[in-house]
Amino acid sequence: MTAAPEPDPTTRTTRTTEGDIVTSPVNTAPAAQAAPTPPPPPASAPPGPAASAGRFRQALRSISGPLVGLVLLVVVMSLLSPVFFTPNNLVNILVQVSYIGIMAAGATLVIILGGIDLSVAAVLGFSFMVVAVLYQNLGWPFWLCIIAGLAVGAGVGLVNGVLIAFGNVQPFIATLSTMFAATGLSLYLTNGTPILGLPDWFQGLSHVRLAGISLQVFLMIGVFVIGGLWLKYRPAGRSLYAIGSNDEVARLSGIRVKAMQLRVYAIAGLLAAVAGLVVGARLNAAQPSAGNSSDLLSVIAAVVIGGASLAGGVGSMRGTFIGLLIIGVLNNGLTLLNVSPYLQPVVIGAVIILAVLSDGKLIGQLRARFRRRA
Amino acid sequence: MTDEIATTLVATGLIKRYGEATVLRGVDFTLESGTVVGLIGENGAGKSTLSSIIAGIKQPDGGSMTIDGRPYAPSGPLEALTSGVAIIHQEIKMIPELSVAENMFLGRVPTRRGRVDYAGMYESASGVLAQLGVHLDPRMLVGGLSTATQQEIEIARAILREPSFVIFDEPSASLGQEETERVLEQIGLLRDRGTGVVYISHRLDEVSAISDRVVCLRDGAKVGDRPAAEIDRDGMIRAMVGRSIERRAIEPEPHGSEVVARVTDLCSDRFEHVSFDLHEGEILGLSGLVGAGRTEIVRALAGADPFRSGEVEVRGRRVRIRSMSDAIAAGIVMVPEDRKTQGLNLNRSSAENIATPWESRLAKGFVTRRFLTKLKKRMAEELDIRGDLDKPVGLLSGGNQQKVLLGKWLVQKPTVLILDEPTRGVDVGAKEAIYEIIRGLSRQGVAVIVVSSELEEVLLLSHRVMVVAGGRPRDLLDREQATPERIMQLSVPS
Repeated sequence: MTAAPEPDPTTRTTRTTEGDIVTSPVNTAPAAQAAPTPPPPPASAPPGPAASAGRFRQALRSISGPLVGLVLLVVVMSLLSPVFFTPNNLVNILVQVSYIGIMAAGATLVIILGGIDLSVAAVLGFSFMVVAVLYQNLGWPFWLCIIAGLAVGAGVGLVNGVLIAFGNVQPFIATLSTMFAATGLSLYLTNGTPILGLPDWFQGLSHVRLAGISLQVFLMIGVFVIGGLWLKYRPAGRSLYAIGSNDEVARLSGIRVKAMQLRVYAIAGLLAAVAGLVVGARLNAAQPSAGNSSDLLSVIAAVVIGGASLAGGVGSMRGTFIGLLIIGVLNNGLTLLNVSPYLQPVVIGAVIILAVLSDGKLIGQLRARFRRRA
Repeated sequence: MTDEIATTLVATGLIKRYGEATVLRGVDFTLESGTVVGLIGENGAGKSTLSSIIAGIKQPDGGSMTIDGRPYAPSGPLEALTSGVAIIHQEIKMIPELSVAENMFLGRVPTRRGRVDYAGMYESASGVLAQLGVHLDPRMLVGGLSTATQQEIEIARAILREPSFVIFDEPSASLGQEETERVLEQIGLLRDRGTGVVYISHRLDEVSAISDRVVCLRDGAKVGDRPAAEIDRDGMIRAMVGRSIERRAIEPEPHGSEVVARVTDLCSDRFEHVSFDLHEGEILGLSGLVGAGRTEIVRALAGADPFRSGEVEVRGRRVRIRSMSDAIAAGIVMVPEDRKTQGLNLNRSSAENIATPWESRLAKGFVTRRFLTKLKKRMAEELDIRGDLDKPVGLLSGGNQQKVLLGKWLVQKPTVLILDEPTRGVDVGAKEAIYEIIRGLSRQGVAVIVVSSELEEVLLLSHRVMVVAGGRPRDLLDREQATPERIMQLSVPS
């Protein structure tokens, strides 16, 4: 009753013809490498006979909805405000989002893994408060305080990881509780007062510029580049997609799922502490109020606008970076246009919905295509 | 619906297909009030499909049903219930946080003036429970009750609406001896009240004891329908297995003499005292009924689940298996039984799926596109996988998906390859191709363990067959001893 030709056992001898068909996409592989697509979306071009047309189509498809949105936003803002498209302002946008970006890189890993980390913003505040307290109250050398602060960040992340991997606590709940704890502890350390007076050289992170761009921006871009390469080429990074898509399949493939959970939450905590250094250098102080819930929401928004799925298995550093820039451009542009700051979150909310809806629509169209072909 | 008791349910020429596989090929079935029909057959013979169709859970692709001459074509279980047909499932589905009565009335809670009529609910629940001889407070929460008691509540729920026909789908699978006897007693009560009962079970002695008639299915067709008095246990087994299956068309080639793996007294919570040797190139079949512990044994061996005690030796060296990684390092790999939830990430490409276990083991530091392409190309050629391997694997046919899954574990030649249901959900042509791949691996010296619910498959491939029942190995049969009748006799709990 099958319409398809019966696979006849003798086809093994005619395998060479089949082999050619199967290996044909291999020849176009270098082209695919030139335009790096994030692995999860099944966006590989159909094996078209004309390779250049296929390459063009592939390049076209790799231009994601968020990127189109970002370009449109930049064009519109440039038309509406004469100040927007000036080098100074563009650098300014990057500076404004740098600490959010560093946290968002960590959050991307967590979300691809299928988890969520609500504690990052609180860890930012807490870890830098530890740095300042060790420096001011205990007189540690500042470089050692920085290392201690990074260790605190990674440590809180590790606690999250242990609760989730071995305590079977849902990520939302585990990180919600560490978020409260970290927020409370950073207030408790100094009774809610800020610590001022950090070494002058430390402010260099915020003040020193290379080619007109502040060091913190390079730090953020470095995090994204390393994170992107790790996700795409290192076995551990790639395993996050496998775990996020289906952790049982990943486990039965010999991937150490729990070890990866520990590692990823620790990295997210570490990066939050790095973001804490950026904020501290900018303020030249440790503020107990640094790292509030609006920072946390911006972090998650950047990842989600960038195309990651909270269900796990989908997301990329490139996408998150674009999402981050969209948020930065919106905040900056709306301020330049004198839109009430109270209205700005409304716009960001609308953008998140737009991003997710357009993504879902795209996926739906792709599915329909596959179905028609099959 | 309570006043008129229907007397005859007739199904004619029922057909059911799943994709390319036909699981019911024109089955006729009659159930009369006040009788118990035992429904038997091998795994996959179509028993559950037939009962699901009668109970309205699944809709047939052909054939028709009538109740007392009136057409009966339920679109769902609720409609079936309204027509007087109820089913009691193998797995108990209850909400532990609700009371006994609330569970019984789930989805049709009685109300009075817009409020739940608890008094009325408890009263009718107690009434039904009492009819069954169950002494239970309907206000108790289901959560703390034993499986056996929950099974009784399930029965009470089914007969709450006084159905004319009740189907029991392997109710005894999770019950002990005493509890099973109580269920059988309750079935007797139902029969005496004029209810028509279908009783599905692998425990043939129970079927003999309770049934008036025994119907046997094989490969989706009815192969026997006789009064229970005229058929004994051996007769039932013969009917289930059928004429000796046309096999031995391809005798497996003799395997090597070197013992490559030895399992000694493996025990866990799910199985006990499992011991066997595997020779180079040997194919060992693992047979038994669903739930006998076959899958549990091989999962433990592959490091997927922990085991309590026992030793595993590979090529003369003792290996500690505490995780999948340990097993893979020792050369033991497993193709799990459920391709869709355990074997493959359906939304990721075939190439990525094949590479998943090996990225951290074979790629030198970085996973390059060249690495992925090499693996993909090699497996496509070796296993003759057709289709675009850069597209999500879920878009391939079942047979090709299964080949991708095999390829995933053949990147490095294993010492022991475990295949749990290697041909589930693939068409006949792909099945042959997979058998040929398995034979080829055996020729290369790979020891293979095949777990399969299809007796035919086990007999066709294996050098030796281990039969498991109730978590214990019953016997290890040579190819000559491994007849379908013998295996079935060992499989069925006595």
